[in-house]
Amino acid sequence: MLALFTRDLKLAFRSGGGFGLALAFFLIVVMFVPFGVGSDLTLLARIAPGILWIGALLACLLSLDRIFQLDHEDGTLDVLATSPLPLSGITAAKATAHWVTTGLPLTLAAIPLGYLLNLPEPAYIWLFASLAIGTPALSFIGAFGAAVTVGIKRGGLLLSLLVLPLYIPTLIFGAVSVTKSVDGLNPLPSLILLAGLTLFSVVLMPFASALALKANLN
Amino acid sequence: MTIKATNICCSRGPRQVLQDVCFSLTSGDCLILRGPNGVGKSTLLRVLAGLSQQSSGTLELDHEEIAYSGHLDAVKFQLTVAENLSFWAGVYGTDTTAKVIAHFGLNDLADRYAANLSAGQKRRLGLARMTLSDRKIWLMDEPTTSLDAEHTGLIAQSISDHCAAGGIAVLSTHLDLDIPSAKTLDLVQFIPAKGTNTSIFLQGSF
Repeated sequence: MLALFTRDLKLAFRSGGGFGLALAFFLIVVMFVPFGVGSDLTLLARIAPGILWIGALLACLLSLDRIFQLDHEDGTLDVLATSPLPLSGITAAKATAHWVTTGLPLTLAAIPLGYLLNLPEPAYIWLFASLAIGTPALSFIGAFGAAVTVGIKRGGLLLSLLVLPLYIPTLIFGAVSVTKSVDGLNPLPSLILLAGLTLFSVVLMPFASALALKANLN
Repeated sequence: MTIKATNICCSRGPRQVLQDVCFSLTSGDCLILRGPNGVGKSTLLRVLAGLSQQSSGTLELDHEEIAYSGHLDAVKFQLTVAENLSFWAGVYGTDTTAKVIAHFGLNDLADRYAANLSAGQKRRLGLARMTLSDRKIWLMDEPTTSLDAEHTGLIAQSISDHCAAGGIAVLSTHLDLDIPSAKTLDLVQFIPAKGTNTSIFLQGSF
């Protein structure tokens, strides 16, 4: 499993691997917001948590179809399925690699982007914490969506439609925890629920993905 | 180490392609599947590999011992030849990468990106994985595609050596490979009679 994880990291940084695409997309989406809603600083500070969370979520969505599609196209997935690794372990390794190359950079990039949107001072630590805790759920739920659509050529749009509704709870608790810290309320309860969602996804999604992969390889 | 297939029926989509396939193999056996395009060679190999399910019949084999090589080479273009093989060595938990590279004549190519290999070289890289896996049952779908005569001989030799060492190989090919222990199974005899409809949907309604 470690071999698969390190290979996926290596592939992400090689040509055509897509590392940085999500990051650039996130940057552009967030930078577009002041153009769209105007430069009213109080308004920006008000909507910053939601914009940052939605931006990160959409950026994460962008690279989901790479998780299994490329390995399916060149036959690697067939061979992996017959290898000693369990399918659930394969999914877990690939989802973790996806988080390291997408969710983690997004979390780090959100801090300077928060400054661009005039995010109030006390919210930065909560923005960082909520994204660090919430983005693994995005990768693991996304891996499930990618496993369901793996056999479909150009299935990216369908994948987005399937996965976005599943992202709603993560988005709500993630964005709310930042908003509460902006309003001076206690953000901890939402953050704990967010952590629960992440643990739920990390534990159960690999098994659901394994079943979906098995059905799709047939 | 044995493989025993009893009355295996395979379907591809709603269409049944093979009916009542029976064979049994023990250590040292090599089975060559023959038949025209579309007869179901790949489908049968996928069933043996556990990637597809047979629609009926029983199959006895140890899935922990399978190494499968399909139509596609499972080669990553962005990795070098050596990186590709050491990845698979990591997956299978073996450490014979250097030996396998030498055996398949990939020494000069070891540091080259797989994207820059020819079709035959990619095939060799894909097949080197079989030896690397250190598993007893090899399932190979047309292993000789795009290989030159010399390397076709090399593959036949690897398969012979593998069987001589107590392994089992099942492969499909249209060429005559020089493998002493090979038995041939012509799949044409298992084509189901025309009009067999495996779908129970609306069956008998009209």
